Amino acid sequence: MNVHTSPLDGTLTGHVAGEEHGHESNIPLGFWIYLMSDCILFASIFAGFMVLRGNLAGGPSGAELFDLNYVAVETALLLVSSLTYGLGMIAMFKKNLGQVFFWLGLTFLLGLGFIGMEIHEFAKLVGEGAGPSRSAFLSGFFTLVGTHGLHVTSGLIWMAVMFAHLARRGLNAVNETRLLCLSLFWHFLDIIWIGVFSIVYLMGAA
Amino acid sequence: MSAGESFLFGKLTLDAVPFHEPIIMGAVGGMVLAGVTVFAVLTFLGRWKWLWTEWLTSVDHKRIGVMYIILALVMLLRGFADALMMRGQQAMASAGGAGYLPPEHFDQVFTAHGVIMIFFMAMPFVIGLMNIVMPLQIGARDVAFPYLNSLSFWLTVAGAMLVNISLAVGEFAHVGWLAYPPLSELAFSPGVGVDYYLWALQISGLGTLLSGVNLITTILKMRAPGMGLMKMPVFTWTTLCANMLIVAAFPILTVTLAMLGLDRYLGMHFFTHDGGGNPMMYVNLIWAWGHPEVYILVIPCFGIYSEVTATFSGKPLFGYTSMVYATVCITVLSFIVWLHHFFTMGSGADVNAFFGITTMIISIPTGVKIFNWLFTMYRGRVRLEVPVLWTIGFIITFAIGGMTGVLLAVPPADFVLHNSVFLIAHFHNAIIGGVVFGVMAGFNYWFPKATGIKLDPTLGKVSFWCWFVGFYVAFMPLYALGLMGMTRRLDHLNNPLWHAYLIVAAVGAVIIFVGILATLAQVALSILNHKKLRDLTGDPWNGRTLEWATSSPPPFYNFARVPHVHTIDAFWEMKQSGGVPTLQPQYQRIHMPRNTGTGFIIGITAIGLGFALTWHIWWLVIASFAVMVGMAILHSFNEDRDYFVPPGEVARLETEYFQQLPEKTDERSHLAA
Repeated sequence: MNVHTSPLDGTLTGHVAGEEHGHESNIPLGFWIYLMSDCILFASIFAGFMVLRGNLAGGPSGAELFDLNYVAVETALLLVSSLTYGLGMIAMFKKNLGQVFFWLGLTFLLGLGFIGMEIHEFAKLVGEGAGPSRSAFLSGFFTLVGTHGLHVTSGLIWMAVMFAHLARRGLNAVNETRLLCLSLFWHFLDIIWIGVFSIVYLMGAA
Repeated sequence: MSAGESFLFGKLTLDAVPFHEPIIMGAVGGMVLAGVTVFAVLTFLGRWKWLWTEWLTSVDHKRIGVMYIILALVMLLRGFADALMMRGQQAMASAGGAGYLPPEHFDQVFTAHGVIMIFFMAMPFVIGLMNIVMPLQIGARDVAFPYLNSLSFWLTVAGAMLVNISLAVGEFAHVGWLAYPPLSELAFSPGVGVDYYLWALQISGLGTLLSGVNLITTILKMRAPGMGLMKMPVFTWTTLCANMLIVAAFPILTVTLAMLGLDRYLGMHFFTHDGGGNPMMYVNLIWAWGHPEVYILVIPCFGIYSEVTATFSGKPLFGYTSMVYATVCITVLSFIVWLHHFFTMGSGADVNAFFGITTMIISIPTGVKIFNWLFTMYRGRVRLEVPVLWTIGFIITFAIGGMTGVLLAVPPADFVLHNSVFLIAHFHNAIIGGVVFGVMAGFNYWFPKATGIKLDPTLGKVSFWCWFVGFYVAFMPLYALGLMGMTRRLDHLNNPLWHAYLIVAAVGAVIIFVGILATLAQVALSILNHKKLRDLTGDPWNGRTLEWATSSPPPFYNFARVPHVHTIDAFWEMKQSGGVPTLQPQYQRIHMPRNTGTGFIIGITAIGLGFALTWHIWWLVIASFAVMVGMAILHSFNEDRDYFVPPGEVARLETEYFQQLPEKTDERSHLAA
C-alpha cells in the first residue's frame, strides 16, 4: 500500500498502488457533484421565479392564493421526514436493519403526505382558475414548486427501490452507500424547500 | 390531446415526410443508403455479435471515446453540408438571383448547422478525446463510473439521431441555434421543429451533464499515486475545468429549455409576450449557459495545444503553473461575461461597461497561454508534424479571432456590429481556429494511441492547409461584409456590391470541404496501410505524459501496474531515469467493470421518448419513459458488474506486448540521439 504524502493527494486520491480499486468509494463524491448541479438547476428556476413573481397579468397574487397554515403543515411533514431519515442513518450505523426499515418507512409516509398535500394544493389552484397558464407568476410558481415535488417523488421511488435492495441484501457496503446518497438527496430537498417556503410562500403571502 | 391528433400517432401523419422537397429527400436517401450499407456490411461480415459485445455495450472509456469521435465526424459531414448550402445560397441569391433554397428551408439549415456543429460535432469530439486520453494521463484503469459513461454517450447519440430524424419526418427548428422567444414560442413556431430542437438538446444535455460528473470524479479520485493536482498533465487540468463548467452551466440550459417547453406544451408564460412573460429572461438564461459553453469547448483544446507543443518541442511546457492558473481564471471569468452577447438589449451603460470590461479581461489569461506556447517552442527542436501545424495555425488564427472579440467587447462598437456577419466571422474565427484546429491536432496526436496506427502525414498536411487557407478565404470576406452592414441569416439579398465577397466566401467553404475529405481519406488510407503505419512502441512521438507509457492501443486495463508519479512529465522522467515499465515476472489480478447493454438500451429508448414528445404521441411517451426508468432500476439490481482479470491473463497480454520491445528500445534510443 502506498499512501500519499502530499497534502493534496492525501485528501483527494484514494488510489492504492496495488491493484484493486472499487467504484464504491467514488460514489459519494460523484453524488455530491451531481447535487451541486441540481442546486444550480433550482437556482435557475428560483431566478426565473423572482423575475416573474410580480407579473400577475391581472390574475391572483400569492397573498390571495396561499394558505400559510396549510403550507406550514406541508413543511412540517417534509422537515420531520428529514429527521426520521437521519434516525434511519443512525440505525444503519448501528447495523440495525429492522430500525432502518422502520425509520425509512416513516420517512416514506411523511414524504408521501407532503406530495399528497402538494397535489391537492395544485388541484385546488387549477380549480380556482389559477393554473400555470394564468400568468407568468403562476407559471413560475408551478414550475418551481412542481420541480421540487418531482424531485421528492423520485426520492420516494428511490426509497421504494431501496426497500427492495435492503430486503434482498441487508446492510452491505453497496446498500449503505446507496442509503448515504439517498440521505444526501433527501436532506438537499429539505434545504431547497426551506428556500421555497421562505421565498415563494412567506414573501408571497406578505 | 388537442383537435386533429390521433391517439396512435399524435400529430404525426404521412404529410410530415417532405416528399416534394428534392434536396431533403436526396439527403434522406443518402442517410438511408449509408445506413443500409453499414447494415449490409455488418451482416455480410457476420459482425453483429462483435459490434454488440465489443462496442455497443462497452464501458471501456477508450472505446466510448472512439465512438464519440465517430459520432462527431458523421455529424461534421451533416453540419458541413448545411454550411455549404448556406454559402451556396448566399452566393447565388445576392445579385438578383433567387437561389435554390426557399426561406423556410434556409432558416432550418442555419439552425441545424449551429446546433449540430456545437452540440453534436464539437461537444462529442472534445468529450471523446477527454474520454480516451484523460484516464490514461492520470494512470487510471477506467473512469469513476464506467456504466454512466456508456449511458452519457448513448444519450448524446439519441439527441443527434433526433436532429437527423427531423430531416426526414417533419421539420427542424427555423429559429436560429439558440431559439430565442418569442419566435420560438408556439404562436410563431407552431410546427414540430422547435420541439425536436428542445428534446434533442434536453436528452443530449443530460448525457453531457452526467459525463461532467463522471470525469470530475475520475480526476479527483483516481489519479496515480504521487500525482498531486499540480503534477497533472495540462490536458487533464483543462478537462477538469471544462467539466466543472459543464456541471455548473448545463443545468441552466436544462431549465431554460424546460421553461420554453412548458410555454409550448402547457401554455405557460415564461417567455411569451402576453401573460406577463419576459422574452429577455430567456436570452439572459440561455447565454448564462451559452458563454461557458464556448469555454467548455475551447479549454480542453488549450490543453491539447499544450501537450502538442511540449511534446514536439522536446521541452517541458513553459510556465506550467501559470498555464494552470490561466485556465482556472478563464473558467471563472467565463461565467461573468454572458451579457456581451446582447449589449443592445438596453441594460444601460453601467451594466454594459461591466460586462465589456470582464470580457476584455479574459484576453489576459488567454494571452498568458499564447505566450507560454510560444516560449515552449522558442529554442526547442520543433518537429513540424501534423499536430504542430494545427497548433501553429491555431496560434495565428485564434489571436486574430481574439482581437476581433476584444473589438466586439467594446459596447459602442458592438452596437454597430451586433447581428452582422462580422460577428459570424468572429465566432467562426474563434471556434474553427480554437476548437476545430484543436480537436484536429488532438485527433492526429492521439490517433496512434487509440488505434495503434499513425495517421498518414501527407494527407494530414493537405487537410491542414485546406482548412487553414479555406478558413481565411471563407471568413475574411465576412468581416468586410459585416463592416459594410450585412446582417446575419439573410436567405436572400440584393446587393451587387456584396456579391463578389459572398462568392469568395463560398469558394473558401469548398476549400474547407476538401480539407474534410482529406481527413476522411487520411483515416481510410492509414487503416489500409496499417502494416506500414503501425505503432508498435506505444510512444510514437517521444511523448512526455503517461498515456504514452503503455501500448498502442492500450490493453483494456490500460496499465498492468499502476505507475507512480514524481514529476509533471511523468513518462519523460521514466525514460530519463530508466524507470520505463518492463515485463514483470509476476502480475497482480486487475479489477475491471463488466460491459452492460443498459446504457445503450436507455439511449435508444430516449430517441423514442424525444420523438413521441415532439409528435404528442402520449402513449409512447409513457411507455418509453417507463422503459428508461425501469431499465435504470433493473440495473441497480445487477450485482455482476465487475470482475478480476487473473494474473496469468495479464502476464500473457503483457508478454505479447513486450516481445516487440527490441524495436521499441531501438526507436527510443534513436529518438534520444
